[in-house]
Amino acid sequence: MNILRRAVPAGGEAPAAAAADALATGRRALPALGGSAWPRFLLAVAALAASILVATSVGPAGIPLEATVRIILSHLPGIEMADTVPPLWRDIIWEVRLPRVLLAGLTGAVLAMSGATYQGVFRNPLADPYLIGVATGAALGATAVIVSGAPHAWHGLSLLPLAAFAGAITSVVVVYAVARVGNTLPTTTLILAGVAVASFSTAITSYLMLRSTTHTLSVLSVVLGSFNTATWGEFTWTLPYVLPAAAVILLHGRLLNVLSLDEEQARQLGVDPERTKLLLLGAASLATAAAVSVAGTIGFVGLIVPHAVRLLWGPDNRRLLPMSLVCGATFLILADLAARTVDRPAEVPVGIVTAVCGVPFFLYLLRRTRLGAIW
Amino acid sequence: MSARAVQAAALEVCGLSVAYGERPALRGVSLALAAGELLGLVGPNGSGKTTLIRAASGVVAPRGGEVRVGGVDGSALSPREVALRVAVVPQNPPLPPAFSALEIVLMGRTPHLRLLQAEGGADVEAARRAMLATDTWQFADRRVGELSGGERQRLLVARALAQETPLLLLDEPTAHLDVGHQAATLRLMLRLCRGEGKAVLAAVHDLTLAAQFCDRLVMLHRGEVVAEGAPADVLTPERVRAVYGASIHVLWHPLTGRPVLAPDGGAQ
Repeated sequence: MNILRRAVPAGGEAPAAAAADALATGRRALPALGGSAWPRFLLAVAALAASILVATSVGPAGIPLEATVRIILSHLPGIEMADTVPPLWRDIIWEVRLPRVLLAGLTGAVLAMSGATYQGVFRNPLADPYLIGVATGAALGATAVIVSGAPHAWHGLSLLPLAAFAGAITSVVVVYAVARVGNTLPTTTLILAGVAVASFSTAITSYLMLRSTTHTLSVLSVVLGSFNTATWGEFTWTLPYVLPAAAVILLHGRLLNVLSLDEEQARQLGVDPERTKLLLLGAASLATAAAVSVAGTIGFVGLIVPHAVRLLWGPDNRRLLPMSLVCGATFLILADLAARTVDRPAEVPVGIVTAVCGVPFFLYLLRRTRLGAIW
Repeated sequence: MSARAVQAAALEVCGLSVAYGERPALRGVSLALAAGELLGLVGPNGSGKTTLIRAASGVVAPRGGEVRVGGVDGSALSPREVALRVAVVPQNPPLPPAFSALEIVLMGRTPHLRLLQAEGGADVEAARRAMLATDTWQFADRRVGELSGGERQRLLVARALAQETPLLLLDEPTAHLDVGHQAATLRLMLRLCRGEGKAVLAAVHDLTLAAQFCDRLVMLHRGEVVAEGAPADVLTPERVRAVYGASIHVLWHPLTGRPVLAPDGGAQ
């Protein structure tokens, strides 16, 4: 016993000696936790604001940027500075372009944030609204409502997001239940189950679309993804679904970090893993479903944006989630701008633009940092 | 002893049975651990050591019996309430490789934080102290994916210390460590028991190591307790041979007088 007691200070020496120079290490490590993330985040928000203005301003009518700013600012209470602007311009900016830009931004924000959430909850870098069948399930739900001819709106709330949500949540539950092996979710079974469920939903959606002669176009826009029919109505319909879902996800950033260990460790650290996962998957699927119901299925955003953010700013979900939201919005606004300008007057489906622009950028980032190191 | 008896035991396991499907992993295991005590859990592979730690931390539900933590039935507590009382060092668990070592240790503060609360100065200080004690502070801002097996293992001990619980459960905390860090880790556990009155239950493969540091040993075999007591009483040559099925010689440490186990190379 005596020998053990005497041995204690000997063992304590090394850490004590390391303490002095470790303080310097500590100073370097600590700021990364909070403060230093703000300038980058504000920069990203500024980029989003700039992309909204530019995308609203650019178009065949040739409205100058300055007039665009005037028109938008005039809708703020107490400001009137658009009296010199032609009324037609006002209508184009306010009724046509701005809703489209904002809807694209909302969709991009939702897909990127949901993608980051799925990746964290499933602890799998390949999870995204597409690959695990959520987006196609949502499209099937929305298609079913469209072809049934049921009224889409009820007391100002749209039924489309609810039907899309039912489809999305069914997909995620089936994929999760099938792919789960014990306590883990292996990549291979997740991808296989996701692809199978997605193929199934896509097949049914195609069948419904072919059977219905009257609604083919609206179904097609859900399947291909497009913002060219965007209105303020669609934007405001989705908000009651998207805002609470985004709030839930953003508030759980720290717990999502703990969940990214594994269920067992999360529980030993005091987090109820099943409840937290259910809450986060529900929120991400609700937001995805709402976005799909108005914008259709748009791929790559949910996969690429969170990984790009992770490569640039690290894996902490408290920074990753809001940053993915802002960058996803910017990305899809610019992609939609490209979709309606590169081949004017024709429009390229925005999903093609996200793939063509996003994938090379993603491959470049991937080449720079191996995926194993960022995940 | 009477003062200790008045206080509730840090950990009480009463008639605990656990099964994975049809296969029983623990059969009627009972043990008690007092504050200030370092208890070693020994036994061959598959004898139920890990299962006992998982059941005691509420990760697997017992089929029978109960686990009392600080006198309270563990199944009546929420995960957060359990995590405020019990910290666990799991055996080789997955860690997301891009997080920094400090970020992983700070996750140990989770039960102390409310949903919207960020880690504050007190949490960083707790993490720093835990990392200094485990000799991990010097790589606080390195990514977990770049650490060696032994460094990861000490990091997990640091995370459990940062949790600041009265009870620590360690599953093979020394498995990937060099001989110096093996001794340092168990010495640290002993210091926590003596100095801060923590209770520590450590599953240790290395019988010699367990015998040098632990106050008492509990030996599991096929899910049952086969021996309990002072290291010298538990690690008798006959029992070691019966349980481990190998020819192991029990010698005596010249300084501590505790058992030292040495296999022979089949020279007999």
